[in-house]
Amino acid sequence: MSSAEAAPVPMTAKRRGAQLAMLAFAVVIVMGAYASVGLSLDGKIPAGMLTYGLGLGALMLAAYLVLAKWAPWADPLLLPLVTLINGIGLVMIYRIEQTGQDGASATNQLMWTALGVVMFSATLIVLKDHRALQRLTYTAGFAGLGLLVLPMLPLLGTEINGSRIWIHIGGFSIQPGEFAKLALVVFFAGYLVAKRDVLALAGRRLLFIDLPRARDLGPVLITWGVSIAVLVVEKDLGTSLLLFGAFIAMLYIATQRTSWVLIGLLLFVGGAILAGMIFSHVQVRFNGWLDAESNEHYFNGTSFQLMEGLFAIGSGGILGTGLGKGYPDRIPFSFSDFIFSATGEELGLTGLMAILMVYALIVERGLRTALAARDPFSKLLAGGLSFIIAWQVFIIVGGVTRLIPLTGLVTPFMSAGGSALLANWMLIALLVRMSDAARRPPPQAIQDEGLTQVMQR
Amino acid sequence: MSELTLLLIRLAFLALLWFFVIAAVGVIRTDLFGARTAAAPARKPTKTAKPVSKPKRGEPRQMVVTGGPLQGTVINLTETPITIGRATDATLVLSDDYASSRHARLFPQDGQWIVEDLGSTNGTYLDRSKVTRPTPVPLGVPIRIGKTVIELRK
Repeated sequence: MSSAEAAPVPMTAKRRGAQLAMLAFAVVIVMGAYASVGLSLDGKIPAGMLTYGLGLGALMLAAYLVLAKWAPWADPLLLPLVTLINGIGLVMIYRIEQTGQDGASATNQLMWTALGVVMFSATLIVLKDHRALQRLTYTAGFAGLGLLVLPMLPLLGTEINGSRIWIHIGGFSIQPGEFAKLALVVFFAGYLVAKRDVLALAGRRLLFIDLPRARDLGPVLITWGVSIAVLVVEKDLGTSLLLFGAFIAMLYIATQRTSWVLIGLLLFVGGAILAGMIFSHVQVRFNGWLDAESNEHYFNGTSFQLMEGLFAIGSGGILGTGLGKGYPDRIPFSFSDFIFSATGEELGLTGLMAILMVYALIVERGLRTALAARDPFSKLLAGGLSFIIAWQVFIIVGGVTRLIPLTGLVTPFMSAGGSALLANWMLIALLVRMSDAARRPPPQAIQDEGLTQVMQR
Repeated sequence: MSELTLLLIRLAFLALLWFFVIAAVGVIRTDLFGARTAAAPARKPTKTAKPVSKPKRGEPRQMVVTGGPLQGTVINLTETPITIGRATDATLVLSDDYASSRHARLFPQDGQWIVEDLGSTNGTYLDRSKVTRPTPVPLGVPIRIGKTVIELRK
């Protein structure tokens, strides 16, 4: 499985074989899932199995070849893990489509997956060295802010299901916020590399933590203001929480100061409570969360979706009802926000835990990349990107299991939704690019002599 | 389809999912439990063939960053020199006001690794003493460059 070349010292193996085997394994599991859905729905293997299964397989093979050519030292696990999650999402959407729920379309999702793989490949091919992004720190910051503001523009933006996060161009609707989060993480990484020393300075000491100096609070307050603005104006609780959390986590990675995390938590909880008191749409969400079980909120629709999702997970139990045997059509939007609940009903706790483990492994590979990276920018970028995957999963899974108020975030790679899928595939491409740089052995000398040496990159 | 078949399919699918997770963990077990499991089979052929350039016992294999912002970074040592500094083409890129753009260099010579200061402003320290000329680096002795501490390990 390791690379065949005779290196003088055992180096990080490329592990191409392991990657290909895991990739094939993931595709086989997905095809098995299709077969299982068909067998329990109509008692025969569905016609879709080969098209969807082989389609996914061909896409991933293409992604693998691009990766092998342009990022040969990349982490062997990222691609197979993402393939499995994406594939299970496809199967669930196919399965929900079979119940006739409006808006669920497995063909669309497969098309978006294909576009996602194209974006993945394009990112890998165009971005030869991710450190080029460091030069675009402030450009990325402005681009991120611009993308966040875009849905607010009168002609472009449209309000769907109470959130103003969509823009319409031609026949397509896009969620620019999904791409904004990538740009903003790049900005945070570049900014914090430059400013980490100042932000790490200690000011007054309170109890057992060193507080930062008051004049260094500026960046945190600005990010806080932006997230609160997103919450209030765009009515998008998820993106707001995601952005602020990402900034605080990266600030913590950069400065290693717990006080920033405490300040961040206080600011956000304070802001959210204040917003809950002032703005009705936030208040409705809070009530639907705290009093989800009350008849009033269930029947007037505030907590209907949430409770149906909880009933679904509950009826799934430990082993689930089996693929194709549940009632995902009872949950509104079971193919997007509530795909986790629908999956929970059919795969049970055992399946949900396996899926969460796969997410955990993706995050672990990302953090491992951050740990192995050889320059501070890559460390922060890889840390920040893996954190936003983990944070997204936490926010949406916490939301549908009623741990935290429900927010309209997508489950990465599983939910139906093109923008999120594209953005997340780009995110994985960035992680792959960085893991390639981190695992690549140091440059080899071309000639072997003296103090001056010619290096080949 | 009988209920029993469907039950079996259901259980088999869940087992398959978990098997995937376990296989994935198997691929990265070297990351989780250290390099020992992977290094052992890799070293075996060297025992029989024994080429000259292979590292002997007691020779460093890795350079580990033990302190500073890059803590945790591991670079495997090969035959090639390692440059350390703020320049983006350095092997280990520091962002540290106390480091020079080309700060220091580590290179192998006659089976040991030598640290050489490349005329840095704030100097390179091997343990407590300033490096003024190329000095051999013993295993586990910290090299300090600005806020960064690195050491060589087996």
